[in-house]
Amino acid sequence: MAEFVQYLINGITLGSIYGLIAVGYTMVFGIIGMVNFAHGEVFMIGAVTALIIYVAVTSFMGTTAGAVFIALMLCLVAAILLTSLLNLIIEKVAYRPLRGSFRLAPLISALGMSYALKNFVNVFQYEYGSNKSVPSILTGHVSIITDANGFEAVLNYKNILIMIVTAIMLGIFWYLVQKTPLGRAQRSCEQDRKMASLLGVDVNRTIAITFAIGAALAAVAGVLYLVFYSSISYNDGTIPGLKAFTAAVLGGIGSLPGAVLGGLLIGLIEIMWSGYVSSDYKDVAVFSVLIIVLIIMPQGILGKPEVEKV
Amino acid sequence: MKTPLHKLNWLNAFKEAAIAGAVTFTLFSVLLGINIYQNSNNDTMIRLRPALLVGFSLFAAALRFCIILKQSLQLQVPAHKKIGWFEKVEPHLQPILVGLMAFFPIIMLGLLGGQASTKWIDNYGIVIMIYIMLGWGLNIVVGLAGLLDLGYVAFYAIGSYTYALLAQHYGFSFWMALPVAGVMAALWGIMLGFPVLRLRGDYLAVVTMAFGEIIRAVAVNWRELTGGGAGINVPKITFFGLPFNANEDGFAAYFGLEFMPIHRSIFLYYVIFTLAIITAIITIKLKKLPIGRAWEALREDEIACRSLGINTRNTKLTAFAIGAMFGGLAGAFFGARQGFLTPESFSFEESVLILATVVFGGMGSLTGVVLASIALFGGMEILREFSFVEQLIGIDPNRLRMLIVGLGMVLMMLWKPRGLISTRTPTVFLKQKKSISGNLVKEGHG
Repeated sequence: MAEFVQYLINGITLGSIYGLIAVGYTMVFGIIGMVNFAHGEVFMIGAVTALIIYVAVTSFMGTTAGAVFIALMLCLVAAILLTSLLNLIIEKVAYRPLRGSFRLAPLISALGMSYALKNFVNVFQYEYGSNKSVPSILTGHVSIITDANGFEAVLNYKNILIMIVTAIMLGIFWYLVQKTPLGRAQRSCEQDRKMASLLGVDVNRTIAITFAIGAALAAVAGVLYLVFYSSISYNDGTIPGLKAFTAAVLGGIGSLPGAVLGGLLIGLIEIMWSGYVSSDYKDVAVFSVLIIVLIIMPQGILGKPEVEKV
Repeated sequence: MKTPLHKLNWLNAFKEAAIAGAVTFTLFSVLLGINIYQNSNNDTMIRLRPALLVGFSLFAAALRFCIILKQSLQLQVPAHKKIGWFEKVEPHLQPILVGLMAFFPIIMLGLLGGQASTKWIDNYGIVIMIYIMLGWGLNIVVGLAGLLDLGYVAFYAIGSYTYALLAQHYGFSFWMALPVAGVMAALWGIMLGFPVLRLRGDYLAVVTMAFGEIIRAVAVNWRELTGGGAGINVPKITFFGLPFNANEDGFAAYFGLEFMPIHRSIFLYYVIFTLAIITAIITIKLKKLPIGRAWEALREDEIACRSLGINTRNTKLTAFAIGAMFGGLAGAFFGARQGFLTPESFSFEESVLILATVVFGGMGSLTGVVLASIALFGGMEILREFSFVEQLIGIDPNRLRMLIVGLGMVLMMLWKPRGLISTRTPTVFLKQKKSISGNLVKEGHG
């Protein structure tokens, strides 16, 4: 029982991180109908930026509780600003000129961009090894339940932090999309881009802002990933990115609540699978979910069936 | 007409350059400006790199400046069609390249002699030929049928491991295992393709990428079967039963020659050359059959295809299976050449590199793939020799290669989305056969 509770906690924590990344995939897919392969790398850059700032700040201010708090806030702000700017530029340089080009062109461009970003970080930050780590952030936990075998399920403070930050970010994001003119413009572009532009919506600007918001959420996910694992490698964009995409597909691509739901489910599947079956095959389990979902219910849990227009 | 210099919009260019520089500076202020590293005592150290950051920003500003100036030039000069040197050379490329590929070992042998040319034939010739074959195989899937396959290396891996396992458990020789490897890869292609090929292009790309990762994860973790990360031994290739060694029953002794390692290299080169040429001939023949035409139609517009009564699923499936089969054949050869297999050889990076040869060379163009493979892998091998670059910029040039490939793919899409050789000859024509440049054809959306 305690074991199950522990897996549940870890699964939800990891799932919130995947959910935040998945929102970026699903938004971009909803608005321009393209899988942004570079999104996983944007997440990784958010995490690496956070790591650099965290190390820099704590080495000047020490690791007292106050310093760690300031460092994490700075990480969050810097990661959000820099990755949003990065995604804006990626969109402007690599995707916008290709709208209306050869069908495969934006996909290949995104793939190339993803590879360029990953190796850029590799070349300029990971000269002496493929992993960077920080001392564990936010140690300490509360005990929840202990079973007969003496196994103790604990709720770490960092898990609480991750869940709270995710909830706040998703709240802000929900407000942005549902209640502001910007969100309205975005939803209209999603339905019909041509009609939206006829009605006076600046489509290019709306798409650019969509990319920036997606990157901001991915950056938050990156900071939380760093808090969760205390280490990050330049390779960490691809596999979590692919898992977050699976989450977006599972929840129903184009659906924002679906992305969060899918993220939580994928997090739970991954942790439960590595706990009860085999941790070697946890990636295989998640990717099999992707293939099975696409075969059995391509519209996902909360998505609408896709109608292909000529 | 030459534009007078004073008519150029200098002010605008300076403004844009300043913005680009400032944006670059902000963007990379953390990633380039601050470096975290572990010193020899394993302490985490911080160092600032202002010179790198400023240099990078200035470079971006200069680049932007040139782009803006070039744009204002083009606005003032009326565009006229000009035939570039490349278009003139292109028709003669095919026989030159085939000739070069056919006689490469002999040319090398003549130029450098037996000792020095082994390295050239091994490192350059065989490696490039493997990628040409893989590029031609993937070309059927991506270039002809327009299905973006990001897990092509999975079929390559299946071919390699098929040969390795058959040889280990049942004593198959290379020539017996080769067709089995091709059939196995094709079967896996059908197994993966059957359910997923009705998905749209974007989903297909992600699913194939996931499939590639699954195959690699199985190769790493199923240690009892594949040896896991420790690898698996594969018997080396023999000359139809005669091993390439210095023994009495070896190839050299049988033909009364002096034993030299180059015999094996030349033989390997011609094996992969033959396999690649078979791939090319089958591709050319298939292009003229109804199935090949259906592939190309599918690439241009899937909905139109379906409206015309083409069975899109079967059409895609054949492309997928045939492409996979060539991947499997190349994989079996790779195993025989290496003599040792680890899952490391089948990373996602390989899929990207193979895709890059098709993307750079030109969708559907066999000549393009050859040119791109030579440029890409020849360039990479040559990059290894340029150690002085490291002293110049402080970065090992080998580590830059995937960065260059990634940026190259983006730039290629911006410049020529159909690749370098994008001339397409219509298979059905009215009165007179004319080539059409890929740039002049309106794009269909499927």
